[in-house]
Parts: sequence; C-alpha cells; structure tokens
Amino acid sequence: MRKATLFAGLVAGFSTFAFNAAQAVEIEYWQYVFDTRVKAMDQLIAEFQKANPGITVKQVTFPYADYQTRVIAANMAGNAPDVIQLFYGWLDKFVAGGLLAPLPKDAFPHDKIEKDFFPIVSAMKRDGEYYGLPTAVRSLALFYNKKLFTEAGLDPSNPPKTLDEFVAAGQKIAKLDGSGNIVVAGSTVDMGGQDHQWWREVLIRQFGGEPYKDGDTKVNYNNEAGLKALNFYTSLQLEKKIGKAGFMDEGQAAFRGGKAGMTIDGTFRLGSFKSIKDFEWGVTELPANAQGVRSNYASYFANGISAKAKGEELEASKKFLAYITSPAAMEIWLKTVGELPALRSAALTDANLKDPIYAPFLKGLEYAHTTLFKDEQGQRQNAIDMVNRVLLEGQSTKDSLAQAAEAEQEMIDAAKP
Amino acid sequence: MAAIEQQGAASGRSGSGGGLSMRTKRLLWVWSFLAVPILFYTIIRFYPTFQAFYLSLTSWDLVRPPKLVWFANYIKLFKDPQFWKVFKNTFTYLIIGTPISLVLAFTIAFFLDRVRFMHNLIRALYFLPFLTTAAAMAWVWRWFYQPPPIGVINDVFGMLGIPQQPFIRSTDQALFSIMVTAIWAGLGFQIIIFMAGLRAIPGTFYEAARIDGLGEWAILRKITLPLLKPTTVFLVVFSSIGFLRIFDQVYNMTTNDPGGPLGSTKPLVLMIYQTAFNSYAMGYAAAQTVVLFTILLIVSLLQLWILREKK
Repeated sequence: MRKATLFAGLVAGFSTFAFNAAQAVEIEYWQYVFDTRVKAMDQLIAEFQKANPGITVKQVTFPYADYQTRVIAANMAGNAPDVIQLFYGWLDKFVAGGLLAPLPKDAFPHDKIEKDFFPIVSAMKRDGEYYGLPTAVRSLALFYNKKLFTEAGLDPSNPPKTLDEFVAAGQKIAKLDGSGNIVVAGSTVDMGGQDHQWWREVLIRQFGGEPYKDGDTKVNYNNEAGLKALNFYTSLQLEKKIGKAGFMDEGQAAFRGGKAGMTIDGTFRLGSFKSIKDFEWGVTELPANAQGVRSNYASYFANGISAKAKGEELEASKKFLAYITSPAAMEIWLKTVGELPALRSAALTDANLKDPIYAPFLKGLEYAHTTLFKDEQGQRQNAIDMVNRVLLEGQSTKDSLAQAAEAEQEMIDAAKP
Repeated sequence: MAAIEQQGAASGRSGSGGGLSMRTKRLLWVWSFLAVPILFYTIIRFYPTFQAFYLSLTSWDLVRPPKLVWFANYIKLFKDPQFWKVFKNTFTYLIIGTPISLVLAFTIAFFLDRVRFMHNLIRALYFLPFLTTAAAMAWVWRWFYQPPPIGVINDVFGMLGIPQQPFIRSTDQALFSIMVTAIWAGLGFQIIIFMAGLRAIPGTFYEAARIDGLGEWAILRKITLPLLKPTTVFLVVFSSIGFLRIFDQVYNMTTNDPGGPLGSTKPLVLMIYQTAFNSYAMGYAAAQTVVLFTILLIVSLLQLWILREKK
C-alpha cells in the first residue's frame, strides 16, 4: 500500500516535471566577467525572455583568467553550457575538444552570414561549417593627443594619414632632455600592447608581404617585406627617436598620462581613455602606406552553441543565438560595452559613421585581417622577443626576424592537433 | 603509532565484558579527528602529486584525453634552450640571493640586537615589507625602476649625475633588480629569526669569553656563529626554497612580457605556469613540475643531512 502511494507520487512528480519542461526550457549562457559585458547581457536576456516567454536564460560568468579552463573542465564533466562565448582564437581547441556544434544551416544560412557580417567572421569557419557568430568586434586605430599636436605646431583636426606623416608628426612631438632621455614621446613603442598586431597584420602587408600562408599555418614574413616592416618599426625608437619601449611602463599609460602624442590601440581602450580629463584626444584610421594601402587587425568574441544542447534546448539556443547576433542586440551592446556591431547593417549606420570616435574603427573593419593564432600568447611573446633582441641586444633585424620566423613556425607546428 | 594501537587493543581485551574500553574509544575518537587532515592531504596533496607524475608522461592539452608518450616531455625539456635559461635564472636567484640576504639579515640583526634606542620601531620597519602583499610591493618597485621621467631611482641618479639605468628593461640588470626586491621583502622575517637565535645564546658564554680576554671578532667567530648554526641552517633552507619558488615578484614586475625582457628574469615556476595555463600543454608542464619537485626534494634532503651532522 505504502509502496503504491509512493510510486503514484513519483509518477505524478515526474509528469509535472515533464509538463513544466514542455512549458519552459532553461538554457545556460557562459561568458567571462567584465562589468559592462555582464550588464549588457543581462539586458539582452531580459529582452529575449520578454519576446520568448517559454525560455529562460541563465547567465553564468567566470573570471577571464579561469574561463577557458572552466569551460573545458565543465565539458569533460558533462556540465557544459548551451550557448557559450569564446575568443575566435580558441576555436580550434574548442572544436577539437568536441565542445561546439556547427551552427545549424536552417537557422544560420552561410550565404546570409557571409553577406551580412564583416569578412573577419570567416575566422569562425572550419571545414565548411561555422561554429559561432560575434555580437561585437574590435579593431585598431590611431589615438592622438590634440593638446600635444597643437603644442608641436600640428593641426589637431588633421591627424596623420600616411606612415610618413605619422613619423613626421611623431618627430615634431617627441621631446628629449639634455641627456637624451625621452620626456614626451611622439608615439608609443610597445610591442606588448597592440603593436605586435600592427606589425603582423598591418605593417608587413603595407610593405608588400603577407604574414602567413595556408590558413595561417605557414610563417611567411622572413623575407624582404617582413624585414622592411621590422626595420620601420625598430627605427621608430633607434633612429627617429619618436618613442622608447618601456617609456612610462606601458604605451597606454604614457598616452593616458599625456606624455605620448600618439598610440595605436583598440576599441576596448575607449572606456579607459574616456575618463581622461587633462586633454582632448582624437581617433583616426591607422596610417596608410605611400600607395594608400591600409590594413587593420580585428578580433572578437563569438557565441557558439555547445554540442551538448539537444532537442528543446537546442531550439531555444538557436533562438537565443539568433537574437544576440541581431541588429537590435548589437545596438544595446554598442551602447553598454562600446564594442562595434559585427553586422554591416548595424555597424555602418549614418549615425555611427558620423561619430568621430567610432568611424575610424568601423572603416578599419572593412579591410581588417584576423590572425588565426595557434598559440596566441606564445606568438605574441615571440614578436615581443624579436623586437627586444634588436632594441636591447643590438641583434641585426635580419637575424632577429629569421630567428622569430623559425621559432613561430615551430610553435604553430607543435600546436597542431 | 603501532605500539599505541596495540596497547589500546590489549587494554581493550582486558577491559570488563562487552563494548569498547575507554582507551579504545579514545583512540577511535582521536583517529576520527586525525582522519580529517589525513584524508584532506591525501586527496588534495598526494593524489594530485602522483597524478602529476603520471601526466608528465602524457601529452595532455586539457581538451583531449591524455595520451601516453613516456619520456618525450623530459627529452623535449632537456633539449629546450629556454628551459636551460630558466634553470640558470632560477639558480642565479638561489645562489646569489640566499647568501646576500642571509649576510644582510645577520648583520642587521647583530647590530639591531645591541641598539636600544627605538629598537622596536626599527625592528618593525624592517619587518613591515614581510607583511605586505608581494604583488603590491612588486608594482611599487616596478614604478621605482622606471626610466625617466617617472622612475624615482633614475630621478635620484639624475640629480647625482649618475647615468640613467634601464633596470627591468635590460637583459643584464633585470634579474638583479628583481632579486633586490625579493631580498628586501624577506629580510624582515630573517632578521626576526636571527634575533631570536641571538637572544637564545646564554649571556654567561659571553661573560666568560670577556673575562678570558677574547676580542669582539673572536667572540663572533667562536661563540655567536657556531651557536647560531641551527638558526642559520633553518634560514638557509627556508630562503633557498623561497628563491627556488620565486614567482610573484617576477610576474608582477614584468606582466607585459612575463619573465622578460627576453626571458632574462624568468624562473622555473613562471615557465611552468605559462606552459600550463597559456599554452595548455599540461603534460609538458607536469614534466617541468616534476623537475622542480626533484630540485626541492634534493634541497630538503640536504637540509636533513646537515641537521643530522650537527647532532
């Protein structure tokens, strides 16, 4: 008797559970902790739930330093989320680990993706399948200090357009003290900042080369173009004395402190520079070369659907991903986080193109490249070391470049699955 | 331990009738408490340690299941020029850092012991850096070492007419610049321990020596230093392990180019960290950890050996 009641209770319990599940499905979304990103996502989730009453989305966040490890550990334990944010450079690892499912073609047709998004979205494609889509993208631009421009007799409304103008402006702004120490830098020289991206994807191309081949698996800069690019970069410190690596500790600190006329940095720096009170600053496109060739480096965090999501959860995840990569979501993201929309239609609006701050970054997106890093930190370190060997140890640029190319190729080969 | 258990069992048998004797109950009670830290250590410490030995024989990148590669990681490690550079750096920290910090700490403790004027304040000032977070301290020093116009040390050099130094931006000076901060940070602790050691030497020895007409130098050599040996051995080992495990100072003073410039300041622990959590080469990182473990083990065994020698 007692057993039967218990059984009946259990059945009833299960059936109510099943009934509820049919009514409401909960999916989990993971991203790393960054105040404005979390707030923007809260807002997006609220909007999404309003439009889709049957679906609830639970946002889970982790500190950036732990994020990848957490995701991978959760996947091994079978607790992966349904929709997940990932840096484009992690894709190979996440796909190899069976973490991500290819985006279903019915909800995300390829021709539509390729038509609507900026071309850099191709970094999310492997073997003919897309594994994620970004909400927002980041690119580089040249920040300049209008006060220092005026003091140096330069026109603050007419920032440098070419590399030659960039060097000339830097030389006018740079000030040295009696013993040759830099007091004010014309431009920052900081490979540890964004300069390694500038050298890799912009300068090498502007000097007629291409940094990598075969889907970024073959190093292709140990040649004349690479050498010219490295010579140009190291000459900023060694010959033209525009700046010095380590000046004010970091490039961005020097610019913030009003001690550097120009610095190359990304959209993600806008938040920090917006609090500058002592001087007015402007943004312009990265300088072109003499032939007018421009390039840029763009990167992004994409959102993918986990391989774990099945059935109703998969359907809900598809809807959620479609919403967070829609123009409406991108607008909220731009307002809250300050990152540029990944869809052409949402990004290249009249209002955005007239915005003196967003416009240079947006223009950069049209011709930006995205390096498919195999070991992001290692490859960055390799570029830093290449320049340090020249600046600190007096190695010739030719030897240092050859050494860097060899080391990076080894790194890329070692990372192959 | 076994003897106690046997005793407990024996008295248990002789106890009156059924149930457990007082002694057995107490033993059970004690062991149930002791089991908590033992279990904790087994699960949190020993299991991962053995796991690390196993992982060092695999190629594990977190994502895919570990694949046994036997000694490939070790062969790669011993062929890696970066490892030898890091190895050399680590031992430079150890071999130069430890003697300097001990001589300094002893000298300061020796004289501070005799100072009565503001003794406590001076001692507290020396101890203060030991209480400060290594990360915060490293950042302050990082700014001290900056080139002009913001670095304090270079500012002073400028006023004195000494040429500007690159410090942490130089492959020759960076390691020593960081070592100085590590020595300074550990100094307070070593001074306190040395002073305790000095106070523990009975005053009658000194009185007898003075009556016999021994000079200050002879007293130091014949009485103070020999009687201070246990303290010195402890500090040598403690400071050696500290320098072998150096990480915080290096990482925080070189965050943009960790262990740089050009790897000139990189210690073994930082290399392990980067291999594991930047490159996600867990198997390779585990092999490096095993090497570090072996080095630390040898240092600890040396300590035991030296201590036994003394008895």
